[in-house]
Amino acid sequence: MIIDLLVQGGQMALVLALAPLLTGVVRKVKARLLRRRGAPVLQPYRDLFRLLRKEAVIAENASWLFRVTPYLVFATTWVAAALVPTFATGLMFSWTADLIALIALLASARFFLALAGMDIGTAFGGIGSSREMMIASLAEPAMLLIVFTLALVAGSTQLSTIAGYMMSPAVGLRVSLGLALIALIMVAIAENARIPVDNPSTHLELTMVHEAMVLEYSGRHLAMIEFAASLKLLLYVSLIACLFAPWGLTVSGGGLAAYALGAVTYLAKLLVAGGMLALFETSIAKMRVFRVSDFLGAALMLGLLATLLLFVSRSL
Amino acid sequence: MIGTATALLAGVAGLFVTAVAAVLLARRAATTRLIYSAALGLSLFLLAIVGRHLLIQPPAVSVLTLPVGLPWIGAHFRIDSLAAFFLVVVNLGGAAASLYGLGYGRHEPAPHRVLPFYPAFLAGMNLVVLADDAFTFLLSWEFMSLTSWALVVVHHRVADNTRAAYVYLVMASFGTLTLLLAFGLLAGPEGGYAFDAIRAAAHPPPLAALVLGLMLVGAGSKAGLVPLHVWLPLAHPAAPSHVSALMSGVMTKVAIYGFIRIVFDLLNAPSWWSSMVVLALGGATALLGVLYALMQHDLKRLLAYHTVENIGIIFIGLGLTLAFQANDMGWAAALAMTAALFHVLNHSLFKSLLFFGAGAVLTATGERNMEHLGGLIHRLRYTAVAFLIGCAAISALPPLNGFVSEWLTFQAILQSPQLPQWGLKFLVPAVGALLALSAALAAACFVKAFGVTFLGRPRSPAAAEAKEVDRLSLAAMFVLAALCMLAGVLPGLVIDALAPVTDALLAARMPAQASQSWLTIVPIASGQSSYSGALVLVFIVVSASLMAVAIHRFASRRLRRAPAWGCGFPDVGPQAQYTASSFAQPIRRVFGTLVFQARETVEMPPPGDNSPARFEVSVRDLIWDGLYAPVANSVDFAARHLNRLQFLTIRRYLSMVFAALVTLLLVLAIWP
Repeated sequence: MIIDLLVQGGQMALVLALAPLLTGVVRKVKARLLRRRGAPVLQPYRDLFRLLRKEAVIAENASWLFRVTPYLVFATTWVAAALVPTFATGLMFSWTADLIALIALLASARFFLALAGMDIGTAFGGIGSSREMMIASLAEPAMLLIVFTLALVAGSTQLSTIAGYMMSPAVGLRVSLGLALIALIMVAIAENARIPVDNPSTHLELTMVHEAMVLEYSGRHLAMIEFAASLKLLLYVSLIACLFAPWGLTVSGGGLAAYALGAVTYLAKLLVAGGMLALFETSIAKMRVFRVSDFLGAALMLGLLATLLLFVSRSL
Repeated sequence: MIGTATALLAGVAGLFVTAVAAVLLARRAATTRLIYSAALGLSLFLLAIVGRHLLIQPPAVSVLTLPVGLPWIGAHFRIDSLAAFFLVVVNLGGAAASLYGLGYGRHEPAPHRVLPFYPAFLAGMNLVVLADDAFTFLLSWEFMSLTSWALVVVHHRVADNTRAAYVYLVMASFGTLTLLLAFGLLAGPEGGYAFDAIRAAAHPPPLAALVLGLMLVGAGSKAGLVPLHVWLPLAHPAAPSHVSALMSGVMTKVAIYGFIRIVFDLLNAPSWWSSMVVLALGGATALLGVLYALMQHDLKRLLAYHTVENIGIIFIGLGLTLAFQANDMGWAAALAMTAALFHVLNHSLFKSLLFFGAGAVLTATGERNMEHLGGLIHRLRYTAVAFLIGCAAISALPPLNGFVSEWLTFQAILQSPQLPQWGLKFLVPAVGALLALSAALAAACFVKAFGVTFLGRPRSPAAAEAKEVDRLSLAAMFVLAALCMLAGVLPGLVIDALAPVTDALLAARMPAQASQSWLTIVPIASGQSSYSGALVLVFIVVSASLMAVAIHRFASRRLRRAPAWGCGFPDVGPQAQYTASSFAQPIRRVFGTLVFQARETVEMPPPGDNSPARFEVSVRDLIWDGLYAPVANSVDFAARHLNRLQFLTIRRYLSMVFAALVTLLLVLAIWP
């Protein structure tokens, strides 16, 4: 009981501590691939602290919703990230929200962020919100179909149970899981506003989606939102890791050594995932906004196909 | 102690008396307050009686026969667990609408056209749910349709309202006609019109399928099932806002009640393929409803189209119930039906709330068109909070109630691979995808509705000078918002309250949720899936306040107001904001080119020319063009040509009578 509580608390602190690091690693690797030296890996932490120290400048007609949204977005993302097994399964509160609820929590964060984008009443906020909701309207159902696939394979929508099942030898190689993995990666790219769907480091307003939506934020509010974005990236990486690469995950009741091993493998997984993301992003160009629907439509179809296969036969 | 049915009928009689009083006192100034207070009191009274009935253990059935109606049959009334649940939905909505009407009704320009029909409409909806024989049911159904029609034509001088009322009247008569046929088939040649007799009779499968089809048309047209939904987005917004709330939030649920009563209670012999029809219609309704809603920029019409989507979600749940029931999977059927009924309750709560909010916006600004609104969060501070809760609830965001019922529906879909039929195996995942798509699009739709109406800068002087509405309207909205929160945080209570209904209809129930720790709901088994709205709420609140405290302790607390960033351009004014149509543009490009044949044309003047550029969007309603327009055109054509018969001479009429007689006799002679 005590250990479970500690693991849950440790997990909540761990995701907070590691999220900016992952962003830093991705940026660093990307810079190195472009033969630049790049900012230090710890730069995102410094950015966050710098933003926290600055005064917040908000637009004249911003409402209370604009000021509350960063906290809501951060809180929902944090709760969601705390429920994904990172280094150990059997989290104490994993039964609070299953995978479907987890996606809905992220949808809540997006809902409020999109509203905040429309609060100021400039065209940039509107363009960002509108495009973000268009992307979400395809990414979210694709994600739900991936959840269906996983739930049908493991017989449960609970993340801990699914991760446990994925570690067991009963899984084997399945066509449906392969399709789900590809779809999940596509959704993760879109959800985290990475190239080719969106460009996190763009500075041209018209090409931005996520960044246009949060254009009016500054100071501590912007820090919260940037932090939430890093958390979301970490969440998706942890999700893919615990579902499709569950090696090294500590099952509940393991000893201290097991937990240490779990933490080390988790760190290794983060580094590998960050490197792969950077490699992918540097090797592909950003697409036009209306090509995104084709990209995500493909993810949706893959998810549907995977679910259909499982309806046809549970062993596919 | 008086029986429940008697007490309920007394309450309904009270509503009728109120309606008559409204006619008699039409010209008095205090009538509005009097009538809505009476309606509020009687709705609460009916709610209390149903509540008392629900507390009786084990669940009881109360019947009453009145010597009115058809001779030697009488009028039968009955309250069982299903009727009790729907009475709660009807009277909760009725009480909230009456409370709202107390404030909102003061702005009504023609109160004498609203007040008599309002209590009568409430009485009609109660009677449909209470009816226990075909005659009483049809009579109450028609009464409900006609009173609501009268409320739709209240503002008959407003353009399009008479057309809306006309379309509604045609569709309602058509729906009742199919219900009449369905009951005729159920009663059989002996004419057993009491529901008890119908329940006892055996119905052969072809007849059961025919009745189910007729019910889908009859109840489906009232509920707004695609393609029978066309009247709904015309008629619901035309009525005064609290009546719109009742029509969208409650009357569509009465139609669902009719469907459940006949298909699951009276018929009770579903074949598996009938579930495919219901599922396919439900999935199509859900997706098309939300896409239509996204294309609207009239706030009330957007809400009305969104009702269509929610009806689709409810029918998906009912279709799954049929599929599971036909395959003897009682536990899954109970889960699917609980999901559908939970959504019935949820939708009645948040749709009423949103229509109240739209009514408040209408009172404050006189505008329904979102393109003329904006920035209302600064002017209507409390309405904005209530409307935001409603938007979040209908977009299925945790920890509110809309999420719970969608979550339960998803859980029911995940049980369906065990269905043996191949048709269902292929259809159910597709319906699941449609449901997921419509859930995501609903969030986009309500970001648009709230964002364009309440956020940004005002787009018209009316929006800039809006004033907050009265306290009673606000109270009605906040009561419903609180109920949305409550049903989302304590879903176990609702699920347990629904258990007697599924017990009575399907002889199966979901596991009891009251015994679960931490207010968790567990639909099947604890290892499979669980969700705790209360804990999610606690986690979000705790982590948000932790962060807020940390920020305010350690970070800079300075705040400065400055002009918004406009790329260095001077401020171009609120007209440069994103509008409702521009918000929907990406989604219109992605989905609308196929579904609505949406076309955009841009006319740019040549360089140097000062004439304005033009941008036009054309959206076609393929269902109207493909299904209704041909029927309307052929009726028109026939009417035009048959009109000649009106102006014949006596001699010609006589010869026509003679010819008709001869033809009839010939037919009789040749008939084998």
